[in-house]
Amino acid sequence: MLLIQQFVNSVMLGSVYVTVAVAFTLTIGVLNFLNFTIPTLFMLAGMVGWALAYWGLPFGLSGPLPWPLALFFGMCAAILASLLVERFTFRYLKTKYGDSTEHAIPLVSSLGFLLVLENLVRIGYGTDAQRFPGPSADLTMSIGGIFVRIPQVVSLGIVVLIVVGLTWLLKRSRIGRGLRAIAENPDAANILGVDTNRVVPVVFMLTGLLCGLAGALFAVNYGEVSPQMGEDIGTKAIAGMVVGGLGSIWGAVLGGLIVGLTEMMTIHFFGADTVQVAVWGLLLLTLLLRPQGLLGHHSIGKGKL
Amino acid sequence: MSGYWAGILSILAINVIFAYGIFLPVATGQLNLGGAGFQALGAYTAAYLSAMFGLPVPVTVGVGMVVAGVVGFLIAFPILRTRGVYLVLATFAFAEVVAGTILNSETLGGAMGMSVPAFIDWEIPVIVAGFVTLFVFYLMSTRFGLTMRATHDDEVVTDLMGVNIRMVQVCAFAIGGALAGLAGGLYAHSFSFVEIQSFNALVSIYVLLYVLLGGTQTAWGPLAGAAFFTLLPELLRTVLPQVKSFLAALVGIEEPVGPPDDSWRFVILGALTIAMMVLRPEGLITRTMIERLRFRRSSSAREQVA
Repeated sequence: MLLIQQFVNSVMLGSVYVTVAVAFTLTIGVLNFLNFTIPTLFMLAGMVGWALAYWGLPFGLSGPLPWPLALFFGMCAAILASLLVERFTFRYLKTKYGDSTEHAIPLVSSLGFLLVLENLVRIGYGTDAQRFPGPSADLTMSIGGIFVRIPQVVSLGIVVLIVVGLTWLLKRSRIGRGLRAIAENPDAANILGVDTNRVVPVVFMLTGLLCGLAGALFAVNYGEVSPQMGEDIGTKAIAGMVVGGLGSIWGAVLGGLIVGLTEMMTIHFFGADTVQVAVWGLLLLTLLLRPQGLLGHHSIGKGKL
Repeated sequence: MSGYWAGILSILAINVIFAYGIFLPVATGQLNLGGAGFQALGAYTAAYLSAMFGLPVPVTVGVGMVVAGVVGFLIAFPILRTRGVYLVLATFAFAEVVAGTILNSETLGGAMGMSVPAFIDWEIPVIVAGFVTLFVFYLMSTRFGLTMRATHDDEVVTDLMGVNIRMVQVCAFAIGGALAGLAGGLYAHSFSFVEIQSFNALVSIYVLLYVLLGGTQTAWGPLAGAAFFTLLPELLRTVLPQVKSFLAALVGIEEPVGPPDDSWRFVILGALTIAMMVLRPEGLITRTMIERLRFRRSSSAREQVA
């Protein structure tokens, strides 16, 4: 029974990883870009949401906001930050061909953004973990002895909806066709009339939305936010993405759930200290034995970086 | 020399060695985001040998360096099979596995850390850093250095020219790992204490940024990058409060200003990174710049200016 409870918990935990992993895999799949700001965007949504719910709008414009509204603004902040990242990682880049580290430029810029955003949050809000005033914690229901918290079920539903919606967007819509064309060959897509300057920001908006959503759900479900909360989630989401296969959305879903399960089972059988080794060992093994992951494609992420 | 400056010089020397350790793989076109892992290997080996067997410092640091180098050599084969994003992730994962293993190891003190009995003063790291700098400059001037640069610029062509690029990359990775381990060993003895929290993922990121911002084309780059970003926070510590009190006095507020939040240095590092990537992605110090300084009046330099 305890094992089943752990399994349910791992699915709930995995759903947060899934959302962030989908954001990672989307940027890699379309732009071949490992976006290191993703954990920071996740944290930004949570921390801005907390600050608004605790202090209210800046400059004393309002009192503390109700938490759903605060989280909504937190998500907006994540999306805006993500668009800012787009400007400086893709749009204003001066690329000179012939130098192989040039392909690493967006990645290095995103590392810069990671440092800037995270430390600005530290300066503004302090480094301590804060309690998030979400819905009251006793919204728990019991199904045959298994305890499930209602906000977690709701967030699981939201995650499923978002992923299905994203798949639809990529498969059926005009924007999605443009995105897939860019993923295939950016230059050819450009020649055939895909406006890169309009389509690429969509990837970053979706990234911001997914991270913001994950941050908001995390704040509600676990009731705690901190400037460091992105690091752990981000690294596990990367592990999930790699296990599932780079560039594959359903791979990220599967991988995120596998990582959640691995984490919970490791805690159950070996204790909390070995989680890091288990998750990263899983990642390293996948990279060495089956680099394309479970559902991934051979060609993605192979280009020079 | 005051303890304050001695501490800064030790850190500077260690960062320079560490930056060279990451520079070597990056100079062959391999982004190594696992620097902290190699540094931790060197530091913990030195700490363990010093604490358990009381071995002298040169032996502990030397063994730490060899251990990190051998591990670098062994994992280079599977890790360098991967490319692009996968390589970055694999090196990152390697550092996390090292950190996780040490965290769970009873003999290495786990999360409590380990104290190191033998202490070294600032002179030794500085002298070692000097030798490492000379070594890397020498290495870059040899035929091996030439093949490293060629591999960095174009792997396919270099391969066609008959260079064993696999060998070059593995060697650069392993030597880099050894240098990072050396930096770790010196760190352990300079601060008399190691704990795994000081070898986290952010450390790997910082050192990679030092190298990339300094420039990967010449051996001057890591030196400039590491020196700049080690000394900058010290400068900020004195300058920022003055600016702040000046601005406050301008608006008419008279209050004492404390030292700035330590986080500002990372904000500045990040902002400089972004600005550099937009304006000068090849790094601060480039080959052209060195040549221009060296042959100020030669025709080749003038051509490159034009």
